[in-house]
Amino acid sequence: MLRYLISRVVTAFVMVLLATLVIFLIANTAPGDPALAQLGDLAASNPEFVKAFRAKWGLDLPLWERYFIFVKGLAHGDFGISIVSQRPVLDDIRDFAPATIELATIAFVLSIAIGIPLGILAAVRRDSWIDHSARFVSLIGVSAPTFWLAFIMLAVFYGMLEIAPGPGRVDPIAFLPPKVTGMLLIDCILAGDWATLHDAAAHLVLPATVLAAATLGLITRTTRAAMLESLSQDYVRVARAKGLVELRVVLGHALPNALIPVVTLGGLAYANLLTGAVMTETVFSWPGLGRYTFRSAVAVDFPAIMAITFIVAVVYIAINFLVDMSYALLDPRAVKR
Amino acid sequence: MTAAVIGFASADRASPRRRWLRRYALALGGGAVILFWFAAALFAPVISPFSPDFVDVANRLLAPSAAHWLGTDALGRDVLSRVLYGSRISLVAGFSVVLVSAVFGTVLGGIAAYARGRLEELLMRLTDLVLCFPPIILAMAIAAALGIGTTNTIIAMLVVWWPKYARLARSLVLVQRAQEYVEAAHVLGFGHPHILFRHVIPNAVGPLIVMVTLDLGNAILVFAGLSFLGLGVVPPTPEWGAMVAEGRELVQQWWVATFPGLAILSVVMAFNFVGDGIRDWLDPHARRR
Repeated sequence: MLRYLISRVVTAFVMVLLATLVIFLIANTAPGDPALAQLGDLAASNPEFVKAFRAKWGLDLPLWERYFIFVKGLAHGDFGISIVSQRPVLDDIRDFAPATIELATIAFVLSIAIGIPLGILAAVRRDSWIDHSARFVSLIGVSAPTFWLAFIMLAVFYGMLEIAPGPGRVDPIAFLPPKVTGMLLIDCILAGDWATLHDAAAHLVLPATVLAAATLGLITRTTRAAMLESLSQDYVRVARAKGLVELRVVLGHALPNALIPVVTLGGLAYANLLTGAVMTETVFSWPGLGRYTFRSAVAVDFPAIMAITFIVAVVYIAINFLVDMSYALLDPRAVKR
Repeated sequence: MTAAVIGFASADRASPRRRWLRRYALALGGGAVILFWFAAALFAPVISPFSPDFVDVANRLLAPSAAHWLGTDALGRDVLSRVLYGSRISLVAGFSVVLVSAVFGTVLGGIAAYARGRLEELLMRLTDLVLCFPPIILAMAIAAALGIGTTNTIIAMLVVWWPKYARLARSLVLVQRAQEYVEAAHVLGFGHPHILFRHVIPNAVGPLIVMVTLDLGNAILVFAGLSFLGLGVVPPTPEWGAMVAEGRELVQQWWVATFPGLAILSVVMAFNFVGDGIRDWLDPHARRR
């Protein structure tokens, strides 16, 4: 187990290093002078700035030396200055990340809490109306474009029925609690500000539902398939034969073995939520990383794009690592292979 | 349990043809929808009531009516005509991304599994490297670096799209190359490329076809997403994702964003149905599920 752990840690580390290379190469394939592209119009018109910029990033050096400087900067937490906000990219990310983490976590909890029971029910009552409707719901979730679903939800529940609040995290007139974690729900609870908590929670309902839709579909389908597989195993037949209550057979015997693929998928699904947030946050004007990514990409704000791609890749690699680890715990045979 | 037993019994009583129809009803429906969009793409100039770029500001934001079945957008362009023309770009983008990356990934994965050793290690680590990025974010970064435009967006998607095919092809070929017929071909004196491309890959192609079909919908979805974000087509090209973006502020004029979105939903769902159908058909084991 320890050897497995060490080898996985080394692999993850090498992947992170290689990821920096990929990001660096993408940024350097951008047509035109990187100094002009990254500085923005105003700064680029000043020869002093251009010179300083070229010296800082070593733009007159050979490619590999520039790469070395880039990685050294990353290691020291220097991600460069955003062209749009003119602030260190890391500060921007620190400001925007909590809103996304809050949204993605709620969406994840939502899709697990609905997806796994729905998948189990669909497998146990196969070909019943519940199976068919679960299939239909998950199919819509997987096939509907997130950005379109977001629009429809807003149009119906905010525009027509007027039962949901509009875009944004809180009403523009709401008083915000002092910033501690940046996650509004937690900050409101810490400050004891129940009115804003209620407002913030109401604003979360639509975007979290939209964001959860695709993941919910995947989790339902995977749970159903895995449950069908494990329900057809001999040990389930034995459990039934010795007279166990059906509930115990399903939840105690079949479910634990069906959970392995669901855990694998669940980890990846959480990572995907963080990226699915790009569409959802754009439509719901959610001040998170997703909208920041969108704005940086449209403005060709390279320092910001590179930093986000790098951070998201690191999160991706870390989640994959955790999935591998939990896989090893759930199924010791995985280590031997 | 009882429901399953009853379902089984009633299925047995039906005639084979009706059972077949019931099993593949969704796949056939999906096929019909795909055919419809292919026809729309081919005959868009003939069947569209208006030119997709015809601006008519006097008639902007008209609700669906007899003259404009799906209404008009903020520039008075006919939404129906733009949706019909939009099928061209979506289908072309979806097919080119999936087919090119399927061929490229399969060849790479096939070579890796067949060669083993250092080459396999190198190719598979390269695959892992691309897979360690979330596809949409990486595609966004590349699209931003290349500049917007349909071709550039397709290139950006290709870069992030092929690795899953390399992985699948490798695992399929690994299973195949352990089979006796490969050994037999060696004994008969066939060369490696011949064995790989004429014997091993054709035998492993079933799951690949399923994946390609299911993936087509996904590729169309991601392309529309990039267009929605403004990283895809150049305006005023009629494209579904871009059309939703143009209408996303217009909650009262819901038709501007709703219909192109429905078009995406229908085509993605259709490819999912057809893919599921092909899987059932190729894999009798999955069929029982």
